[in-house]
Amino acid sequence: MTTNETVITTKDVRLYYGEHEALHGINLDFQKSQITALIGPSGCGKSTYLRCLNRMNDLIHDVTITGSFKIDGHDIYRPQQDVVSLRKKVGMVFQQPNPFPFSVYDNVAYGLRVQGIKDKKIISQKVEESLKQAAVWDEVKDDLTKNALSFSGGQQQRICIARLLAVKPDVILLDEPTSALDPISSAKIEEMLLQIKDQYTIIIVTHSMQQASRISDKTAFMLNGDLVEYGDTKKIFLNPEQEATSDYLNGKFG
Amino acid sequence: MNKMQQRLLHPSKATRQDRFGKTISLICIGFIMILTVSIIGFIAIHGLATFFENHVSVMQFIFSSNWNPGQLGKNGQPQVGAFAMIVASFAVTLLAAILATPFAIAVALYMTELAPKRGAKMLQPVIELLVGIPSVVYGFIGLVVIVPAIRSVFGGTGFGILAGSIVLFVMILPTITSLTIDSLQQVPDHYRKASLALGATKWQTIYKVILRAALPGILTAIVFGMARAFGEALAVQMVIGNAALTPTSLTSPTATLTSQLTSQMGDTIMGTLPNNALWSLALVLLIMSVIFNLLIKVVGKRGEMKK
Repeated sequence: MTTNETVITTKDVRLYYGEHEALHGINLDFQKSQITALIGPSGCGKSTYLRCLNRMNDLIHDVTITGSFKIDGHDIYRPQQDVVSLRKKVGMVFQQPNPFPFSVYDNVAYGLRVQGIKDKKIISQKVEESLKQAAVWDEVKDDLTKNALSFSGGQQQRICIARLLAVKPDVILLDEPTSALDPISSAKIEEMLLQIKDQYTIIIVTHSMQQASRISDKTAFMLNGDLVEYGDTKKIFLNPEQEATSDYLNGKFG
Repeated sequence: MNKMQQRLLHPSKATRQDRFGKTISLICIGFIMILTVSIIGFIAIHGLATFFENHVSVMQFIFSSNWNPGQLGKNGQPQVGAFAMIVASFAVTLLAAILATPFAIAVALYMTELAPKRGAKMLQPVIELLVGIPSVVYGFIGLVVIVPAIRSVFGGTGFGILAGSIVLFVMILPTITSLTIDSLQQVPDHYRKASLALGATKWQTIYKVILRAALPGILTAIVFGMARAFGEALAVQMVIGNAALTPTSLTSPTATLTSQLTSQMGDTIMGTLPNNALWSLALVLLIMSVIFNLLIKVVGKRGEMKK
């Protein structure tokens, strides 16, 4: 295995909804060209943690976050941090496919146009490239002007991923990206993630332990706002250190 | 047998109540339908009498601006030309909508996107108040404030399309605003999140995603506002000047379809040409409101397909 540089370092992350502490001091690092899976039962805080990394929690009222978050050595919560440019670097795919009610082309071109790119040739080229990367090109290439919402859920989700890839983020956060999809669509997305992982740092929250074991290099198990165990996926699944981890993996609670 | 048989073969109490309720609502619906049809029929019979009984040509009615139904013209034909009123009605409606739309969208955006809490608290009562003010009050304010202001700025009498449009602008502002707010609120939150997560600014999100997604709703809101402006009579009548002349400028006295109706209806005798001519104006109003309704349906349907 090659040694990978650490892209994201988080230390002692605590998050409060009002007075209630939802994350109790989480330390996690993420490496480039790796897929890290965050697993754990519903409400354990894995999605909440994920949203800290592109500051989507800023949109929620009355949330306080402490601890340190460094991406490429820069504290992303420092006062002079531009949230907009952070989110260009750290993209997110949501649980429900959420394409805009525009054509496929306009969806994928959106991020580029937002960045001020006007050259139609460059946009077309990137749209095609991104849709190919997201493994949805063959299914939509004849219908690029069709409304993105007229496609199936799995196709919509890959269009959303293409929309994200078009802006060339460094980090991709996926918040249960396949939980609303059928197994075939999920498999396509997993395969695609494995193909693109070399160029990105990918963090995926998932409820499916099979998914985590299939695609991730590292796995973090969270429970009730605590990080219980973090390590190589193989080790976590075959030989977990903590009892809670093995109980969860064996389906003793969920 | 048979109690069981009897119970099974006879409608239960719940079924009977169900039927009773259904009958009552059907009767009410039938009544309203008859009412609507008879109103339309009544207006159509009288409105069309101008053309069939008094033999005024439709072309003359629409394109001539000679309005003097009580007298015959030089050619021996009655002078029933509604061109001036039709033009003035459309002019005040369009102008009011053009004035009101940017303000309505700005206010709606402030209340839904920029400052949902504070904005709603401050502006909601203002909008509700604007809706509640009777039109005669708007007309009165227009007469006392706007007409003199226009007179001193532009000269002339101050009565005319400009004064009418300004009064209507204030009157349709709340209609367009609240319907625009509705359509902005219907834009699903995940569009906003998706856009922000892609590194768009709030403003980019608003004008590239939210306004675009809400466009059919906003267009419907504008058409609703225009329908209201087109049909408003009293306030317009007070500031338009009430001279059945084709407007030569925004500040020349003229009359709209509605203002002509309200100002003249007391002076005509049922069954005579001048009276029939007014009915014809009412018919034009009715047709226009049908067109506005159809427009709203068409725009709304297009929006549904997009969602």
